[in-house]
Amino acid sequence: MVSFIFRRLISGVVVLFVVSTLTFFLLYFSATSVARNILGDTATPEQVLLKEAELGLDQPLVSRYFDWLGSVLRGDFGVSWFSSQPVVESILGRLPTTLSIVLVTIVIAAVLATLFGVFAAVRRGWVDRTLQIVSIGASAVPQFVVAIILVTVFAIGLRWLPATGYVPLSDGFSGWSASITLPIVALAIGTVASTAQQVRSAVISVLSRDYVRTLRSRGLAPTEILFRHVLRGAAPAGLTVLSLQFIGMLGGVVVIEQIFALPGLGFLALQSTTQGDMPVLMGVVVYIVIIVVVVNLLVDLAVGWLNPKARVS
Amino acid sequence: MTEPLAAPPKPLNPARSGVFRRLVQNPLGLAALIILAVVVLAGIVGPLVSPFAPNTADLVNALGAPGTAGHLLGTDSAGRDVFSRLLVGAQSTLLAAALAAIVALVVGLPAGLMAGYFGGWFDAVASWCTNVLMSLPAIIILLAASAALGRSVWISMTVFGVLMSPGIFRLTRTSVQAVRGELYVDAARVAGLSTASIIGRHILFVVRAPLIIQTSIVCGIAIAIQAALEFLGLGDPLTPTWGVMLNEGFINIYSSPILAVWPGVAISLTVGSFVVLGNALRDALEDSPKVKRARPIKLRAPQTESISVVDLAESDHLLSVSGLGVGYPQEDGSTKIVVSDVSFHVDRGEVLGIVGESGSGKSQTAFSILGLLPAEAEITRGNITFDGIPLVSAGQGPTGGHRLSQGRLAQLRGKRIAYIPQEPMSNLDPNFTIGYQLVRPLTKVLGLSKADARARALELLTIVGITNPQRTFDAYPHEVSGGMAQRVLIAGAVSCNPDLLIADEPTTALDVTVQAEVLDLLRDLQARFHMGVVLVTHNFGVVADLCDRVVVMQNGRVVESGDVRSILRNPQERYTQTLLSAMLEGKTPMTMLTMPVPDSDVKVGLS
Repeated sequence: MVSFIFRRLISGVVVLFVVSTLTFFLLYFSATSVARNILGDTATPEQVLLKEAELGLDQPLVSRYFDWLGSVLRGDFGVSWFSSQPVVESILGRLPTTLSIVLVTIVIAAVLATLFGVFAAVRRGWVDRTLQIVSIGASAVPQFVVAIILVTVFAIGLRWLPATGYVPLSDGFSGWSASITLPIVALAIGTVASTAQQVRSAVISVLSRDYVRTLRSRGLAPTEILFRHVLRGAAPAGLTVLSLQFIGMLGGVVVIEQIFALPGLGFLALQSTTQGDMPVLMGVVVYIVIIVVVVNLLVDLAVGWLNPKARVS
Repeated sequence: MTEPLAAPPKPLNPARSGVFRRLVQNPLGLAALIILAVVVLAGIVGPLVSPFAPNTADLVNALGAPGTAGHLLGTDSAGRDVFSRLLVGAQSTLLAAALAAIVALVVGLPAGLMAGYFGGWFDAVASWCTNVLMSLPAIIILLAASAALGRSVWISMTVFGVLMSPGIFRLTRTSVQAVRGELYVDAARVAGLSTASIIGRHILFVVRAPLIIQTSIVCGIAIAIQAALEFLGLGDPLTPTWGVMLNEGFINIYSSPILAVWPGVAISLTVGSFVVLGNALRDALEDSPKVKRARPIKLRAPQTESISVVDLAESDHLLSVSGLGVGYPQEDGSTKIVVSDVSFHVDRGEVLGIVGESGSGKSQTAFSILGLLPAEAEITRGNITFDGIPLVSAGQGPTGGHRLSQGRLAQLRGKRIAYIPQEPMSNLDPNFTIGYQLVRPLTKVLGLSKADARARALELLTIVGITNPQRTFDAYPHEVSGGMAQRVLIAGAVSCNPDLLIADEPTTALDVTVQAEVLDLLRDLQARFHMGVVLVTHNFGVVADLCDRVVVMQNGRVVESGDVRSILRNPQERYTQTLLSAMLEGKTPMTMLTMPVPDSDVKVGLS
């Protein structure tokens, strides 16, 4: 098990290194006109050159890369080209908003998807058909369209919930929960539907395994077989889907945070993209890849714990 | 309604016309095709027929309601005609989706073919890259790409195609791996076909259907992503697209919410149609007419309305089966009968063999006794009585219905009727230790304490001839050999001292040397516990070795039954004779058995 964890960790670090290196060269290779963007059209060519020197744009790309890598390894992601705020500071300030939404959504999705998926797999019939139709419908309407519908109906039309803005948890639970309810619903609908589908087919496939029949022949109660053996057999597939959904959601929040005007990581990512604020965008990419690597590692560990065979491979 | 059929977005090979017919018979599939055909049509002729130029501002009529001044769907905040913009937007939407799909195919398909066909380092590297691509949040990557390479829908969709290529890659690789080992591919290789033509002729043929489905889904996702990027303002603001229109609508959501509705509906319908089309295609491909759609899988015994109380006259035997019929209801309302009118009985301490080829209904008969038929099967007729308890009884009338409750059957299973399966490895839960799987029924069914159950399980492992019971007890199923696993399953079956043991081809999956040991073990255990045994097999050698009486089955019917010695010596039915000669691999068994037995063949003896 120790070597299993070790190998996964190494693989995660390699992914992080490769992705951030590629992103760095892609972003900075094209970051040529940024000094003029920052200074505006009125700046003189001398001012632009000065600014470029200040940002280090006059240095060769490779040496800038090693500078960047060196400081990142010390935990320093540089400062924003536009606001001069340290990148780490602005990311950490926005992380709680995004994590509130994403983590709550993933927990809700895990519970509901397991419930619906198992029920549909075991009962089949109308429950199953309803799940199929609902999940096709939910996958047809893109997340951000769902979000716009929710804003229009529940915030603007019915005025039940605020349309925009984020209230930190430290300012009270009710304000916090009201501010994240609609974003969470918008993210959760599609996530629950597609995860439930996957859970359903995983459960159906485990139910048809030979060993389930043998367990039944041993006189064990159907509930025990379902909850101990079938669910455990289906859990790795469910966890893998959830981790993919989680990763997808880290991208999905970019749109959701825009629609609900939430100051999260996605908001920061979009802002730095439109401005061409490379240090911030680099920081966001690295942080998100770290989150992805950690989530994948946790899922690998959970699968290894659930399935003794996976520990060996 | 015929027009959309003439122009499906992804025409299938004419050879698959049956699939296409099933596709259009599915109402959802037909609706998706029609919607996509309309969108394609709008994409082609939209710019020519749109009533207004899509970017012409008409500030007098800004934010006009539908119908204002000839604007069918109204105007946006700059007074541009919504309907015209919607029509024109179809084109860029479809082209962008096509670009993403083509890139995904161009990257994923060759890589998948090579990785699946050749394996080795290329497979390792490609699979690793795929895993990395799949673990990246698409929108974040697209943001970085648009910051680096510029705001163009074409750049975004090219990058997105690469991000979607893992789906195509994996699909292709898995299909190719499955096909590569097939005999006809080997045959083609032996016949001297080049690798390229093998891939082209045999392998692409297999993967094309799943690829079409996957491509349809990729198109749907690409449209959603593209619209999201344009909504975020990362598209080209001068091109009228649905995403830009949605953004415009969202900005005016308080004053004119209807503006967001049209592009929202257009996007959802198009994305949904691609997704539905993918699903409908999958159904159409899977739903070949002879295959029945999966029926409910229930964790309960199959029940039929015709079950009623049996008269207990013939229940002197430990198990008696009479007139049993098992059928699988088909989609067209008929029932495919797999077992019909099967009767036999087993007494305590007696071993009954049920012999037949695969498909003769012998295993279905065995599962009927256990109440473990697949959920889609049903018992159509007959009685099964175990020790005076009716398990299945034919309905004599509407009031005579008798249902064996799941609880009662569960009480019998394991405790009084036990089961030994055919394939040892797939019949142990890979996620639990062997010890756990032995202990659990002992505590649940017999009510033993954990310590007692543990001691009993170790004892059982010793009884079935496992030399290091503690190590096996602690092992997971994948850590033991097939022969060992079968011993474990036998230990599990006899653990609760059953009266009746149902063994379904217990030695078929084992090595020849292990087979003999397992048969010896079964014989010992049968004598030791004085069990009645139903031994399902296709092997007359096993019957001769172990059974007292034998039932020969063919096509779901009993062909012949009786004492083993007399059936083997003097088979009455032609089928039994054929089966016997086939089983003994051309060793002239008939003459051997009717004539004085030569010494060299004594092991076929019937002691």
